[in-house]
Amino acid sequence: MDADTKRVAVAVRALSLALPEGGDRANAVDGVSFDLVAGEILCLVGESGSGKSMCAHALMGLLPKAVRPVGGTIRLGETDLLAQGDAAWRDTRGRRIAMIFQEPMTALNPLMRIGDQIAEMFEAHGMLTPRERRERAVALAGEVGLPNPELIVRSYPHQLSGGQRQRAMIAMALALEPAVLVADEPTTALDVTTQAQILALIRDLQTRRNMAVLFITHDFGVVAEIADRVLVLRHGRVVEEGPAAAVLGRPQAAYTKTLLAAVPTMDPPARPPLAGPKAVEVVGLTKTYVTGGGLFRTPRRTAAARDVGFTLHRGETLGLVGESGSGKSSVARLVMRLIEPDAGRVRLGDTDLTGLTGEALRQARSRIQMVFQDPFASLNPRRSVGRIIADGPVAHGVPPAEAMERARRLLALVGLDEKALERFPHEFSGGQRQRIGIARALALEPEVLVADEAVSALDVSVQAQVLALLEDLKARLGLSMLFITHDLRVAAQICDRIAVMRQGEIVELKTAGALFANPEHPYTRALLDAVPGRVRQAA
Amino acid sequence: MVSFVARRIAKGIVVLLAIVVLNFFLIRLAPGDPALVMAGEAGAGDEAFIAQLREKFALDQPLPSQLAAYLGSMARLDLGYSVRQQMPVATLIGERLPATLLLTGSAFAISLSLGVLLGALAARRAGTLADTAITGVALLFYATPLFWVSLMAILLFSVRLDWLPSFGFETVGAGYAGLTRVLDIAHHLVLPALTLGLFFMAVYVRMTRSSMLEVSRLDFVKTARAKGLTEGVIQRRHVLRNALLPVVTLAGLQAGTLVGGAVLTETVFAWPGIGRLMYDALLQRDYNLLLGVFVVSSAMVLVFNLVTDVVYRAVDPRIEVA
Repeated sequence: MDADTKRVAVAVRALSLALPEGGDRANAVDGVSFDLVAGEILCLVGESGSGKSMCAHALMGLLPKAVRPVGGTIRLGETDLLAQGDAAWRDTRGRRIAMIFQEPMTALNPLMRIGDQIAEMFEAHGMLTPRERRERAVALAGEVGLPNPELIVRSYPHQLSGGQRQRAMIAMALALEPAVLVADEPTTALDVTTQAQILALIRDLQTRRNMAVLFITHDFGVVAEIADRVLVLRHGRVVEEGPAAAVLGRPQAAYTKTLLAAVPTMDPPARPPLAGPKAVEVVGLTKTYVTGGGLFRTPRRTAAARDVGFTLHRGETLGLVGESGSGKSSVARLVMRLIEPDAGRVRLGDTDLTGLTGEALRQARSRIQMVFQDPFASLNPRRSVGRIIADGPVAHGVPPAEAMERARRLLALVGLDEKALERFPHEFSGGQRQRIGIARALALEPEVLVADEAVSALDVSVQAQVLALLEDLKARLGLSMLFITHDLRVAAQICDRIAVMRQGEIVELKTAGALFANPEHPYTRALLDAVPGRVRQAA
Repeated sequence: MVSFVARRIAKGIVVLLAIVVLNFFLIRLAPGDPALVMAGEAGAGDEAFIAQLREKFALDQPLPSQLAAYLGSMARLDLGYSVRQQMPVATLIGERLPATLLLTGSAFAISLSLGVLLGALAARRAGTLADTAITGVALLFYATPLFWVSLMAILLFSVRLDWLPSFGFETVGAGYAGLTRVLDIAHHLVLPALTLGLFFMAVYVRMTRSSMLEVSRLDFVKTARAKGLTEGVIQRRHVLRNALLPVVTLAGLQAGTLVGGAVLTETVFAWPGIGRLMYDALLQRDYNLLLGVFVVSSAMVLVFNLVTDVVYRAVDPRIEVA
């Protein structure tokens, strides 16, 4: 875009937001300045706690009560938003600046019809008659690509898919044709193919309406896909700023370089093929969930696993990738026998896990352990870290003192200080907790580790560390690993072989290198194409 | 919705039948039989007299035929005959049921509306003096024994201020009719309904308050705010509506106790309701009457459960046909 035609929609100058006392730093955001220009997308990138979301909320006047603006201005036209009162804020929100949120599942009122929620936008600003509002809602639903607009405006949020809900959110945000759109991680909760569609939609609407967009994300792939300009935040301060191509291609700040280096690439490193003894063999695993039903109703059947079969060799990492609902997590749970299969067998080494019951099954469980996705929810908040790790061995008959000693060694192994033994989970960061989760899984000296989205909740730099740790441990302890992820980049980095799942079926299973170089199944190709930021990779 | 209700009614009838059978057996498990009791009260221990009584009330039949007879009459809505009161059970219950439903119904309405209103207010002003005052007062009424609150209310409003009558359903012997009678009954209703209502209110206040605070932290409330809606609309349309879901569940549970749940209040205010009828029947071992009250209150519970489910489905679109 020509420099002369650039029209600054919002000018943020030296914005400082104070955190309540006793936080880890005084200011959530410290002297941040940027312009939002009409027809341009500015990406605000940073890891969790960098203050990027605070900036977005400050623009909407939706800061949490505890966070106060203590300096700077946010100018929208002639007004300083920070100085305006409640009534003026209400007029600004929705009409001049609109926002879309991260979680389309929870960002819509579950008790209101989609159309009513869109129409509410006009009502909030006293525009149009109820009848006209309904008509506009239908038109908007069509514009954001919702199928059957007439019908869908009468549905409730739970009847829509995640992507459709996010489209509805976008329709809402665009209703009053605001000059500025704030998007706070709008695609983070979506599957990769849906994400690609939503990104394209935002891009398209932004161009058509010449909007200024502030796009918050932690994902450099998304940045590469959508950004015109990029602002990198760290600890509430601007680290680097510039056109997208420059920041991504020739980063100046050391922090930006680290961040970019931590983003896993789509080129799997060469790995020697493994054909050792079989650690896990899965044959014909089938599981169908039947919901609803009863005396008077035909039940709804969902196939979580359809004739799933694979072999995991000793020392190998097998990736299970797929979108939400593809059945990858169900397969993990079936392999661990946390749920019972309808048919099929799981062999663990020379033991048939499917046939075991009672004490024999309990004993066999120590040989296959799981690392969970959410490092916050998967550790009991009321038990010390030492006990969390030692509990498993104690349950299997190891004397408590010895189990505690083992916990101490394991903490060192996963790179944590042994003082951590006495502390509680809430005292640790997400990455540290995931290390504790790994130590807990290793405490039973398993042969197989099942990692269910084990790095998905982590920032990219932490993610890289945890991946390296897993790789290292696997080599040192001779583990085999079943690695479940929705993130193809992560899969490319850590997996020897990758199985792509869709609707409970493995549609393609081959070595990581072959899968990325030569995807055969159309679904695999669609998945790979949808990964954001591929262009940058190719360049 | 129609098929849902039809199915629920069908299930309800099966449950009711099971309850009738169960009640019938439960009550026969108690020691003694009504003939003995009646004979005892009549002051005659004569075997022939007892046998005659047993024959008269079919107590000499084997249990299965007693049950079959009971089920048969139940199907004709004939709840049997109360030996003690010398009256058909259905008539006895029919006389008392409206008074009880009037009392518990108004208490229910008072507790629900006042509870939700105050709970919403407390949530809006969470942490302030108003919040503390509301939850404090609600807790006070909940924690104080019901009969004590009733007695104090009588002392204050009837004895001292002489605003409201202290007992009874209506002014006895006044011979009011029409609107005058309605007003007279309403006048008598105020005290018992209010004391009972305030007792139940506390639960709704606390439930509404905590539920609203929880909902107001949810994402869609932020979405509503981002639309530029006024605080009032956000609270009413987005927060309160969602916060009411658990309150509906609770109200449904409480509605089930509407028939039998006011024994204490009825006693203190000499309210001619079903609670006292049941209490007397229990003391006098009046089997048929007890069975009748049980069946009627079970039927009421089933009806209110059905109503709750229908209401719940109406307010929460996420609930598919269950």
